[in-house]
Amino acid sequence: MSAPSDNMPIPAPAVHSRPLVIRHLPYFIGAAVLVGLAAGLRFDGYILNILLQATTFSIAVFGLSVVLGLCGQINLAQAAFFGFGAYAVGLGTTDLHLSFWLCLVAGCAIALIAGAFLGMSTLRLGGHYLAMVTISFQQIVTLVMINAIGLTHGPDGVSNIRRPELFQTSQGYLAFCVAVLAIVGYLVWHLPDTRLGRAMRAVRDNELAAGVNGIDVFRTKVYAFALCALLGGLAGGLFAGGFAYVSPDQFSFAESIVFLTMSLLGGVASPIGSAIGTGLLILIPEWLRFLKSVPGLYLAIYGLFVILIIRFMPDGIWGFVADAFTRWRAHTKAPPVAAALQLKPATDGGEIVLEVTGLSKHFGGLKAVDGVNIAVRRGSVHALIGPNGSGKTTTLNVLSGLYKATSGRIVLDGTDITNMASHQRTAAGLGRTFQNIRLFRSMTALENVEIGAERPGNSMIGKGEDALTERAMEALTFVGLGNRANELISSFSYGHQRLIEIARALASNPTLLLLDEPAAGLNSTEKLELHELLKRIAAQGLTILIIDHDMTLVSEAAQHITVLNFGRRIADGESMAVLRHPDVVSAYLGSE
Amino acid sequence: MDLILQLLFTGIGIGAVYALVALGFVLIFRATNVVNFAQGEFSMVAAYLMVVFAVDLGWPYWLSFLIALAGMALLGVIFNLGVYYPLRHRTYLPVIIATIGASILLANSVLAIYGPQPQVLQGWFETPGIQLGPVYLDSQYLLIIGVTILLVFFNFWFFEKTLLGKKLQATSQDKEMASLLGISVSTMIMITFIYSAVLGGLAGILVAPVLFVSIQMGSTIALKAFAATIIGGFGDVAGAIIGGLALGVIETFGAAYISVPYKDGFAFLVLVAFLIFRPQGIFGERVAEKA
Repeated sequence: MSAPSDNMPIPAPAVHSRPLVIRHLPYFIGAAVLVGLAAGLRFDGYILNILLQATTFSIAVFGLSVVLGLCGQINLAQAAFFGFGAYAVGLGTTDLHLSFWLCLVAGCAIALIAGAFLGMSTLRLGGHYLAMVTISFQQIVTLVMINAIGLTHGPDGVSNIRRPELFQTSQGYLAFCVAVLAIVGYLVWHLPDTRLGRAMRAVRDNELAAGVNGIDVFRTKVYAFALCALLGGLAGGLFAGGFAYVSPDQFSFAESIVFLTMSLLGGVASPIGSAIGTGLLILIPEWLRFLKSVPGLYLAIYGLFVILIIRFMPDGIWGFVADAFTRWRAHTKAPPVAAALQLKPATDGGEIVLEVTGLSKHFGGLKAVDGVNIAVRRGSVHALIGPNGSGKTTTLNVLSGLYKATSGRIVLDGTDITNMASHQRTAAGLGRTFQNIRLFRSMTALENVEIGAERPGNSMIGKGEDALTERAMEALTFVGLGNRANELISSFSYGHQRLIEIARALASNPTLLLLDEPAAGLNSTEKLELHELLKRIAAQGLTILIIDHDMTLVSEAAQHITVLNFGRRIADGESMAVLRHPDVVSAYLGSE
Repeated sequence: MDLILQLLFTGIGIGAVYALVALGFVLIFRATNVVNFAQGEFSMVAAYLMVVFAVDLGWPYWLSFLIALAGMALLGVIFNLGVYYPLRHRTYLPVIIATIGASILLANSVLAIYGPQPQVLQGWFETPGIQLGPVYLDSQYLLIIGVTILLVFFNFWFFEKTLLGKKLQATSQDKEMASLLGISVSTMIMITFIYSAVLGGLAGILVAPVLFVSIQMGSTIALKAFAATIIGGFGDVAGAIIGGLALGVIETFGAAYISVPYKDGFAFLVLVAFLIFRPQGIFGERVAEKA
């Protein structure tokens, strides 16, 4: 994966700029009209302030829609990042007499760096840690804002903050903020369809599968978190310029909760939802001003709102509307027709694709895999069999990097992958499926397969979105599900989900395909279809390492078999010879 | 040297409170696999209940204490039914967001009723404390430490020696299997919530005379307690207690020798250091998701 900026939806003129511009023209016309209205209409000061607040808050809430909605990570310190931007502009334009633009950029940079650091220290761990750490961070930032009087002016706050020369009037400044909102909204809106956005959604749906499909899970989460912080900083900088005064209580934990509530109410997955939620939660308290006369009451209601929304409307207002629309569109939009899938496994010319030497995996005293050697020949179907508990799946998990090997060496197509993380192994050419299916459940079949096709180092796709879709369609058609590409995963049968998982691996054009009990749970017709599919894959020269219990499938599909028992290799060789080997017979049937 | 001993005593006393709340965190986490972000508010609500009965109404201290704990048990029931139970089949994220919502709701409801002015609650004993050589032992801190020690033993006895404790353990380890063995999982989770709420309440009542009774006391204690569970090793009972004590001591020394206004920040620094260098904590093991 390259730098985040490369993944942003900057229109790429060479590939598909014209249709994109035409498709999105209405958005920009609408945005231009809004900017014009903001600049042209005469508002009184009260309305102007509300609009300014809604505009800047929306940008901060967009950040939450990225981190929480797209990537499934929580951030309870958005007000702190908002505060970084606000104080950068506040202190920079007053105490330091710097230009507004410079301060705005500095505020964004500070928020981005703080977000990246916080994310890097916590995101390897579960989401609970992130929630607590962000709350703690938020509290520390508030402590510093109040106590470091020399730097921040303490509880008095910063006043007389300046605006840029260009937008001195409140109306002009509002128009400028609306323009920024429109641009940021556009980027966030299209983020889900970019490579980074797809990676974020994959991480949200299933981290393990994301890693195995070549996504650097940790880095994706850090990007999402840093991006959220950056938008918080930007929003805060604009806010400070708009209101000319900032003080610590505007950036407290309570404000972080307000941002969270806005995001949840509108619908966490989309910037439109964020804007709706923000607008409502700024307007409603204005209408219900009497609530503010009792301290706490207003936030208590927010807390109650959060519980009720989570319980009864988990996708928020916009989620509710958009969901119906997506379902309707999925059935009406005809998937494009695809060409035949081409598999061109990479090769270093050697005869052995996968060479495993002395591989061991110990869990405490248990030797689940103990000194196993496997050599998989190029272009062959190689089966790894053994009774339950013999270490097959552990071996596969060590091969794909989900477990770290205790000792031994794994060489894939001439590259030593023993110490690589799972996404790096995928980049090196490993593809795999899971026994218990791990698809990205909130995505369509096509999107799932696109993530596979996006494997770093996949030489079979050209540049741009269209090439990606094309490759994914080919893979889906190859497994016979091309006509249902735009359906959500939940509408497929178990057997078909397994095929989608295989298509996801095939789209990445792997050098070696690992299949973990592909026949498990399939009925006899489906098993026959699977067998046919394996033949068609093997016919294209792709090397397969398969684990399965179905001896008919194994003996017919595989030319070569390795047998494990109690973590050790007890037989290895040509299929028929191995299956007649006395040790293998006794391992399966018991000795006489 | 005298000062160091004195600080050590105070640190262990305050750390014992973190340990009690941390224990509540760990118990709920083990039973439900979610962190209850309203755990700190349990302490705050219990402290306010004490203020209502013992101070405002002037009822006897012990009676107010029992009423407050009973109130916490009830809150545990309501919390489970209103916040956790409807979401039990969802992923952890909606659940923790709901508990955060509950925390905001509880804290601000109390604020709306009682106002922002901190309240004062007397300690349990008439005698303020005893002088033991160079160290002054505050009676309330002694009580806190004593209760914590008792509870640690009680916990051990309850979870290891009683049938109910074993059922609770079985539920936290494998819900499906537990229910196949005839254990009512929802009852066990209900008991866990009641127990954690009472535990959190107890911590709040004990610490109230040392600190002021305020709206913020819940979130402050909860953050420290959570940091304590990470330092000790997430999900580990002994770890939560050691972590709590360690944090109390670190914080007290930090406040004495480094800075008072940033006292609440030390927990965070220690937490981040642990997250970076030893995320599994002192006692914890890293658990990997199975493929």
